[in-house]
Amino acid sequence: MLWLDCPCCGRRPLDEFTFGGERRHVPDWITDPDERDFDDVWILENPDGLTTERWFHAAGCRRWLTVRRDTATDTVVEVVA
Amino acid sequence: MSAYTDTLPEIRWPDGPPKKAYDVVIIGGGGHGLSTAYYLATRHGITDVAVLEADYIASGNTGRNTTIIRANYGIPEAIRFYQHSLELYQGLEAATGADILFQTKGIFWIAHTEMAMRTERARAQMNTACGAKTYMRTPAELKELVPQVDLTGGGRYPVLGASHHVEGATARHDRVAWAFASGASRRGVEIHQHTPVTGLIRDGDGGRVVGVETAAGPIAAGVVLSAVGGRVTAMAAKAGVRLPIRTHPLHAFVTDDYAQGFGPILASTELACYVSQTERGQMLIGAEFDSQPSYSRQSSFAALRSYSYKITRLLPFLRELRILRTWAGICDISADYSPIMGATGVDGFLVTTGWGTWGFKAMPAGGEGMAELIATGRPSAFIAPFTLDRFRRDHVLADQGSAGTR
Repeated sequence: MLWLDCPCCGRRPLDEFTFGGERRHVPDWITDPDERDFDDVWILENPDGLTTERWFHAAGCRRWLTVRRDTATDTVVEVVA
Repeated sequence: MSAYTDTLPEIRWPDGPPKKAYDVVIIGGGGHGLSTAYYLATRHGITDVAVLEADYIASGNTGRNTTIIRANYGIPEAIRFYQHSLELYQGLEAATGADILFQTKGIFWIAHTEMAMRTERARAQMNTACGAKTYMRTPAELKELVPQVDLTGGGRYPVLGASHHVEGATARHDRVAWAFASGASRRGVEIHQHTPVTGLIRDGDGGRVVGVETAAGPIAAGVVLSAVGGRVTAMAAKAGVRLPIRTHPLHAFVTDDYAQGFGPILASTELACYVSQTERGQMLIGAEFDSQPSYSRQSSFAALRSYSYKITRLLPFLRELRILRTWAGICDISADYSPIMGATGVDGFLVTTGWGTWGFKAMPAGGEGMAELIATGRPSAFIAPFTLDRFRRDHVLADQGSAGTR
């Protein structure tokens, strides 16, 4: 993985981007707080395959992108924007 | 045969396929799995043990790390644990009769900013208080001990000082795995290579783990220990156990031969990179892991470029050398950068995981601790702080600054 296709700036080297982590669901704080706290704070899916994550174009347009990536091969499948 | 292969310890491989049942099944024939088997056999007389390795032993992170052994960590629990492991390493050749090419070299952790100097001073103080030998050195002292270092850091990373962990060492990684495998197998432990575990057998719905599934059929077990490296999230999920772990690739490379000789291990706080010389004369260089998680062991040009830039700031002579070989491992990085050892909340299923980029140095103490836990049901004082439930108890052991990565 060397490049990312930024919807704003075009194909740019990966060095320009900052990894923002796996995209998380918005927590529902209401039910069973103990269990949900542990999961929400600590647990990532860490899949061996398709994942959806956030990247920040730090040295470019400074927008947050949502990226679909295959972690088995470390290749970008789709930049959702 | 060479002098190198002549001195390899003998492993007694099993004659046939795995049996239908064992007292203990260990998933993963890396350093931690083999070390646990070795201490089960030698310390506790438990030899009805199978180590099931998906590929060949030490084919994962055990054979891919940069072989640095040190105890200069940042929190008391970790310093005591790694110092104990360092001491077990110092006696490992005598204990196993195997030549692991253990060499005490000393490791310098170089600081380039005032904040980093404060961190290194704190590290030296806390190490000394907890039994690890770490002292501060001035730039002049560093230059005398390591003449190759550029104290200006290429003009951009001036050396303000360094902590010197005098017992820092290296050993040959595959020989460590073979030493444990030899000692365990000669006492009756069965090491089955090319035997991937495809599932965990539960007693009823959500009950105790009572065995493992393999291509050769089910195998019953009194206790199942996952000593799996990078792919541990998927293995633990088979028992319904969720782990606070991300899997990141870490790259390393060796150069061609550096004839002059380079004695110590060098690391840098700001640059997050480290270098030592292998027994074959190559310069071995590693740095921080990739920011994005991945299970790919593809080497990356970006990593080579970034590591090379960093390390040549400190050691300009490396510019004259060529990169000979590069590789990557996939590291199980825990959320607090400390290992996770012990119970999982599922009876019959233990883990030793979260070894991230810091597992090699911990093989003896990690295996010794897991063996004692399996044999007695109680964790030793060395491993007790590192349980999985620390995250639920809000007792995280945050030690990212000691991991040589960020």
